[in-house]
Amino acid sequence: MWSNFVGEMTRAADEILKGFARFLPRILEMLVIVLVGWVIAILLRAIARSILKIARFDKLSEHTGATQLLRGAALPSLTELTSRFVFWIAWLGFILLGISVLGVAGFDEHVATFIEFLPRLVVSLFILFFGLLAASFFSRAVLLGAVNANLSSPRIISWAVRTMIILFVVSMAFEELSISSRTVVVAFGMTFGALMFGLALAFGLGGKDLARRYLEKRFGSEPAEEQHDHEDELSPL
Amino acid sequence: MPDESILSDEFIRELINVGEVDILVGVPTHNDARTVGQVVQGVRAGLLKYFPRARSVIINADGGSRDGTRDLVCAASINDTVGSNLPALRTLHSISTQYEGPPASGTALHTILAAADLLQAKACAVISPESTSLEPEWVERLLRPVIREGVDLVLPVYRRHKFDGMLIRNLVYPVTRAVYGCTVQEPYPSDYAFSSNLGSNFLNQDLWTQEQGRHGTELWLTLAAIIGRYRIYQSFLGTRGRLESPPSDLVKAMRETAGLLFCSMDCYPAAWKDLREPLPAPCGGCQPAVSLEPMRVNRKRLHQMFTFGISQLEPVFSSILSTPTHEELKRLATLPENEFELPEPLWARTVYEFAAAYHRAVIGRDHVVQALVPLFRGRALTFLTENREAKESEIESNIDKVCQAFEAEKPYLLQVWDGGK
Repeated sequence: MWSNFVGEMTRAADEILKGFARFLPRILEMLVIVLVGWVIAILLRAIARSILKIARFDKLSEHTGATQLLRGAALPSLTELTSRFVFWIAWLGFILLGISVLGVAGFDEHVATFIEFLPRLVVSLFILFFGLLAASFFSRAVLLGAVNANLSSPRIISWAVRTMIILFVVSMAFEELSISSRTVVVAFGMTFGALMFGLALAFGLGGKDLARRYLEKRFGSEPAEEQHDHEDELSPL
Repeated sequence: MPDESILSDEFIRELINVGEVDILVGVPTHNDARTVGQVVQGVRAGLLKYFPRARSVIINADGGSRDGTRDLVCAASINDTVGSNLPALRTLHSISTQYEGPPASGTALHTILAAADLLQAKACAVISPESTSLEPEWVERLLRPVIREGVDLVLPVYRRHKFDGMLIRNLVYPVTRAVYGCTVQEPYPSDYAFSSNLGSNFLNQDLWTQEQGRHGTELWLTLAAIIGRYRIYQSFLGTRGRLESPPSDLVKAMRETAGLLFCSMDCYPAAWKDLREPLPAPCGGCQPAVSLEPMRVNRKRLHQMFTFGISQLEPVFSSILSTPTHEELKRLATLPENEFELPEPLWARTVYEFAAAYHRAVIGRDHVVQALVPLFRGRALTFLTENREAKESEIESNIDKVCQAFEAEKPYLLQVWDGGK
């Protein structure tokens, strides 16, 4: 009985060792791929960082207002963040490639899905970035225009413009990622529609005289009469 | 080589019929029927009286008037057989053309320059259709230095109301004087003259597709002459009539003045950073140039718009201004109207920080220029308060004080230009 037990154990150990010996080269192969991938990812990060610095990406980020957002969240600059993103995407790709070498059943499918997902992720990040750029630019333009026209509540108007654009951009990004796209689009449509309806009512009721004057001036057959409603007689030039 | 692309075939035919000229007077117009007739008659009288032997032409570059402006200009054309109370030794042509595109003083100037180049005019003057107080002597005072003394650019000096042209007096003139070292009192002229040399050089500049080639081009011409070290002269013309409806769009005025100044500083840093010696701009016949009639001014509104701007534009100012300047401006915004004062050194530092922010494009450049508007209202209020009871000499000395503050703060400009806030 004892000899049977020892025999079984030896055979099991032998099989484990044989299995391990069969598996070891794959693990080593995976480790080499991951290591080489790590070096390549570091190189890619350095290249991305240099290109972004040459292209003054941080300045663009400052214009978009993204820098302020990142600073608020105690995150590094957008150049640093993008180059890190490049690093992790590249390395993750190599890690997945390494794991696929192990031959784990069903894993190849997940790798393929991930690789398919990558371009959409990049596109949606682009949409978000340029959307933030547009939101920041237009909200600032509205703020300055409203202040210089002495309108009341310029910050609220500016905030409304910014929110509308961000909502629009986020819904586009989600659409690109195919994440709850219908829900997001419907929610966006409702919010946007409600906002526009509210604005139409507000401008319609509050600005009918202004609209009439504008239309008369724009489409009237005779050259419009100059308005003499200046704040005073000052001429700046 | 003349830039003929802007000139229509019909206009070129008319110019060829005119032939070479000695003097060209350009009148840019757009719906100016109320005033242009009087102005063109004044120009014609000036040409016949002071330059009877010169071959002259009046060119009207019109932006699409619908009120008969062009007909009024063409009516000023005379030849030696037509009766006139002034002797005409030569035919004086007066032709009009409508340039393509929307009305813009820069496009009108482009047309006039191209026509002057084609006709090989030795001297060229541009007269504003709103210069209703124009006397025939103005034509002589503008053109004679170019024709007789070889001056390249003649700028006007007017007798103006003490509160007219505050943007020029508090920003454009002081910055031009301090930064470029040239004391031209009206750097953004409406009536001026220039030589064929400067005209050709300016015509060939690559600016006509840019913003400075459409609006504020007259200021750009002055700056180009200063940067190119051309010979500049100032002629005292007399009283400039007040406009019936002064331009009320301060943002547009700020774009055409501060925007262009910042742009030129950004484009030509070598012209002002290592300025060795100032460029002289002697003034002929200059007299105290302010008048003191009463004027309706809403000071309360200026104060309210300054404080409103400071409170609402906090995030914009924090990306443009240094912390001490921003804090100081915020403190001023808490003062009541009767205690309010935006002193010259602070104003100079503020403008320089805006120029540096424009150069570094910390936010959109047009936004930088627009953000200066509420702060200028604060400076305008201070200028109004300071000079409410002031006499001619005091006003001139106060304007000089503004210029001196800008000159004293120039090292600060050099410091903030590249070095950040």
